Amino acid sequence: MDHTPFIIGSYAAAAVILGWCALAPVLRMRKIRGEINEQMRRESARKG
Amino acid sequence: MSRVKKAFHQFGSPPWLFRFAGILSPILWVACLGLTAWGLYWGVFLAPADYLQGESVRIMYIHVPAAWMSMMIYALMALFGFIALVWHIRATEILAMASAPIGAAFTLIALISGSLWGRPTWGTYWVWDARLTSELVLLFLYLGVMGLYNAFDEPRKGARAAALLAIVGVVNLPIIHFSVKWWNTLHQPASISVVGGSSSIDSSMLWPLLIMAVATKLYYGANLLTRTRVRLVEENRNKRWVRDWIEGKKG
Repeated sequence: MDHTPFIIGSYAAAAVILGWCALAPVLRMRKIRGEINEQMRRESARKG
Repeated sequence: MSRVKKAFHQFGSPPWLFRFAGILSPILWVACLGLTAWGLYWGVFLAPADYLQGESVRIMYIHVPAAWMSMMIYALMALFGFIALVWHIRATEILAMASAPIGAAFTLIALISGSLWGRPTWGTYWVWDARLTSELVLLFLYLGVMGLYNAFDEPRKGARAAALLAIVGVVNLPIIHFSVKWWNTLHQPASISVVGGSSSIDSSMLWPLLIMAVATKLYYGANLLTRTRVRLVEENRNKRWVRDWIEGKKG
């Protein structure tokens, strides 16, 4: 039996899962920064 | 004020923790990537094939560190949860809840890679063996902790309920660890003994495995601190220090 597909499958699964797990907080931080920026812009516009 | 008490207070300060995590996490990410590249190159290209398992032994370099991490992170999550429940330190609540998705990720990797290793070695992807089943229960515990945390509108209430579940779930850790001794399982017993110091694994395979084990620990540290920073910003979005950081003044 050729073991290569099982080895590649294991490492690919690990790369996808760990990659997503690392990327998720970065994307979340970008979203929150955008929200806070927007909130600050609205607040300063209200103050004139 | 004693040094320990002062350190505890400092640790509990969101701006301090945010800056500390901001300095340490990039260092850990770089170290993690470097060690992972080294460990994978050694394990996949330089280490020999096993005389029984053949080339599929290379799956071990991701499966074993992931399985170790799944248990270590759970123990740490429960410890952080315990500290949060007893001493009401918000920072440890955040650390406990940030640990859950990382632990779940490692548990999922351990299950998938184990399953892919099992097909060529045992002839099946899955058996309801004590080790495999208790590891699957660990994944459900992680998902339970994450679900419970997000089920509350008030994050602190959610974190307390989830911390309690995490503490109760610790009972599963010795079951996972000793399952191969307590029951007659298809999963082989441990090849590496930290306490006894005797390992039945050759050093040509042991070293890349240990490098990967350190790399996964660095991944956990880096990811945990990155998630902690996100949570701190989310919870303190109206505070001056967050506004200053957004405007690029400091942090």
